[in-house]
Amino acid sequence: MKIPFDKLDKAFENRLRLQIMSVLVANSRYDFNSLKELLGVTDGNLASHLKGLEKEEYILVNKSFLGRKPNTNYEATAKGKKAFADHLDALEQLIKSSKS
Amino acid sequence: MKETEIQDELASIRNLMERSSKFISLSGLSGILAGVYALIGAAIAFSLLNYNQVSFTQGDTHFVVSSSTVLSLIGTAMAVLILSVLTGIILSARKAKRKGQSIWSKTSRELLFYMAVPLIAGGLLVIILVLRGYYGIVAPATLIFYGLALVSASHFTFNGIKSLGLCELILGLISAYLPGYGLYFWAIGFGILHIIYGSVMYLKYDR
Repeated sequence: MKIPFDKLDKAFENRLRLQIMSVLVANSRYDFNSLKELLGVTDGNLASHLKGLEKEEYILVNKSFLGRKPNTNYEATAKGKKAFADHLDALEQLIKSSKS
Repeated sequence: MKETEIQDELASIRNLMERSSKFISLSGLSGILAGVYALIGAAIAFSLLNYNQVSFTQGDTHFVVSSSTVLSLIGTAMAVLILSVLTGIILSARKAKRKGQSIWSKTSRELLFYMAVPLIAGGLLVIILVLRGYYGIVAPATLIFYGLALVSASHFTFNGIKSLGLCELILGLISAYLPGYGLYFWAIGFGILHIIYGSVMYLKYDR
């Protein structure tokens, strides 16, 4: 029985990255502080994984100012959404193949 | 990667997608209490009108009531509104704390915004029309705009809110067709429907 591990996206190996991506797929956009609060992670940890996803071109970053406070918004790109869906499909395949 | 691990992963994704886009700490119990307040308020309004010998079942939309009665009616309605909102905030905050969520989050802000738009527009319209003497508009308009507010806010919380909103909307339209029975429709819409939906939500999500 060959299990299609190779179809899993390397960019989503880290759990936090997959979690970030699921939030950005479910919402048109999300800001840094809300993400941090929702996922319960530290600034640095979140920032480094967001950078990683940005490098893969899975997410877009929008920096703006709310009054004087910097406000950073993230949204998923078409490429990122497709990668996320493919990754979920691969996970589903894994479950199916291990059941049979 | 083991199967249970993958199941875990998928469950956490589903949970996050829901938690990030919906405010799920809305308290069902507060819905029940709001319904009870509304019924008590309706009973007070009923006795106020009865005491002043107003027959509000004859289909006349222009009541002749003393201004002191109107003031007591508005006071009653305001008391019901304020008590309901306070109860909703306190109980939802408690539930959010228990679930480890924040009550002032992106989703709760969004929920409030989409609810506030129809409510404020409708509230202002009702005030304007009442000032011009159209008392008959109060019951249907408040029910209809409250229904619209719930439907528009339902994208950010439990699905049950959408059906509650649609019921309020339909009730409002029926009451517009039957002027003079406004108080009864109010008691049904804000009292009984809230108690029913509050109970359903309480049994489904609160425990």
